[in-house]
Amino acid sequence: MIELLILGIISCICAFFVVFFITPPLINFLEKNNFTVKDVNKKENVMVARPGGISIILGILISEFILYAFLQLNEILAIIITTFGAFLIGYIDDRKIMGGWFKPVTLAIASLPIIFLGAYDSNLTFPLFGDVQIPLLYIGLIIVMIPITGNTINSIDVLNGVASGFMIIASLTLSICLFILQNYEIAIVSLPLVFVSLAFYKFHKIPSKIFPGDSGALTFGAMYGVIAIVGGVEIIAAIALLPAVINSFLFLSSVKQVVEHRQIKAKPVEHTSDFKLKSTNDKTAPITLVRLILAGGPLSEKQIVFVIFKLTIFSGILAIITAFMMGVSI
Amino acid sequence: MKYGLFGFLFGMWILIIIGGGIMVGLLGPFSLQPFGDFHWIITSGIKAVIAITLVIIWILILSKLKNWIFKKDILS
Repeated sequence: MIELLILGIISCICAFFVVFFITPPLINFLEKNNFTVKDVNKKENVMVARPGGISIILGILISEFILYAFLQLNEILAIIITTFGAFLIGYIDDRKIMGGWFKPVTLAIASLPIIFLGAYDSNLTFPLFGDVQIPLLYIGLIIVMIPITGNTINSIDVLNGVASGFMIIASLTLSICLFILQNYEIAIVSLPLVFVSLAFYKFHKIPSKIFPGDSGALTFGAMYGVIAIVGGVEIIAAIALLPAVINSFLFLSSVKQVVEHRQIKAKPVEHTSDFKLKSTNDKTAPITLVRLILAGGPLSEKQIVFVIFKLTIFSGILAIITAFMMGVSI
Repeated sequence: MKYGLFGFLFGMWILIIIGGGIMVGLLGPFSLQPFGDFHWIITSGIKAVIAITLVIIWILILSKLKNWIFKKDILS
C-alpha cells in the first residue's frame, strides 16, 4: 500500500510539472505561428493560443506510462490508448473543421481498446440496489460512453477556465469515490487527471493565456470516461458530471438534433454595453447551462464560471454520497 | 434561477437512484432458460431493450422536470 502511494505521488508530481513547464513554451510557439483564436468574451481584440491539448496529453501520457511500468495493468493501457486516440481526434478537429458525425463516430472507435483489452467488468453497480449483469449491453455502453463524456466536456468549454476547472472538481470527486470504494489501484491511476487539470487551469483561468481546444477537451472527457469504466464507477462518474450533462441535455432538447455548436447561427448569449453576458431574446437560440444561469440577469464571465464551479461541487458532493450508498443495500 | 439549477441537479440525482433501483429490480432476476446455449444472447438482447426503454422514459421525465423548473426562464 505504501509503495502504491509513493508511486501515486510520483505520477502526480510528473503529471503536474510536465503540464506546468511545457505549457508556457507551447503558448509562445502557438502565438509565433499564429495558432490563435479570438476570445469573444473580451472587450478588446484578445487573441488566445490554441490548442493546449498538446501539453495536456503529454502530462497524461508520461504519468500513466510511469504507472504502467510498475503496475502493468491492462486498465492503464486502455486509458493510454483511448485517451491518446481522443487527443488525435480532437487535434484533427482543431486543425480542420469536420462534420457533426466526426467526433461521435471516431470517439466510439477510440473506445474499442477498452473492450479488446478486457479492461471492464460487465456488472453495472447502482447505489442501494446492488448490481445488474448486462454483458452485451455493457459493450454498447462502453462504445457510447466515451463519445458522451468527450463531447460533454467539449460542450462546456465555452468560458475561460471552465473545462479545466470543471475537470479538477469532477476528477477529484471520482478519485475520492474510488478510494471510498477501496479500488485503490484505479484511484491512483485516476489522480494524474486531477493534477494535469490543475496545472492547465493556471494558464486557462480568466484571463486565459491558452485554450484547450477540442484536443484538450476530448482528452479530458475521454480519460474521465475510461476511468469510470475501468473503475466500475459509471453511475458515480455520471453524477459528478451532471452540470455538463445538463448543458448537453438542454442544448440537444432545444435544437432537437446532433449538431456542432459552430453550426448554430443563433447565439444563446449576448454582451451588454459593459461586456457582461446576458441571455439572448432570440427564441430560436439553443438553451444552454450558461443561458439559464443568465436568466436572472447579466453577469460577468468570472461570475458565471464560479456558478458553474458551485454546481460542480454540489454534484461532486452528491457523487460522494452515492459512493457511500454503494456499500449499503436495501 | 441558480437555486432552480441546484434543484434540477438534485432531481436528476434522485431519478438516477430510483432508475437504478428499477433497473436492478427488473433486469437483475431476468433470465430465459428454454433457448439452450443461446439463452444468454437472447436474455442480453431483451435486457438491452428494457434498459433502453427505461433510459428513454428517464429522459422524458427529465424533460418534463426541466420544463416544470425552468418554465418561466425558457419562455422569457
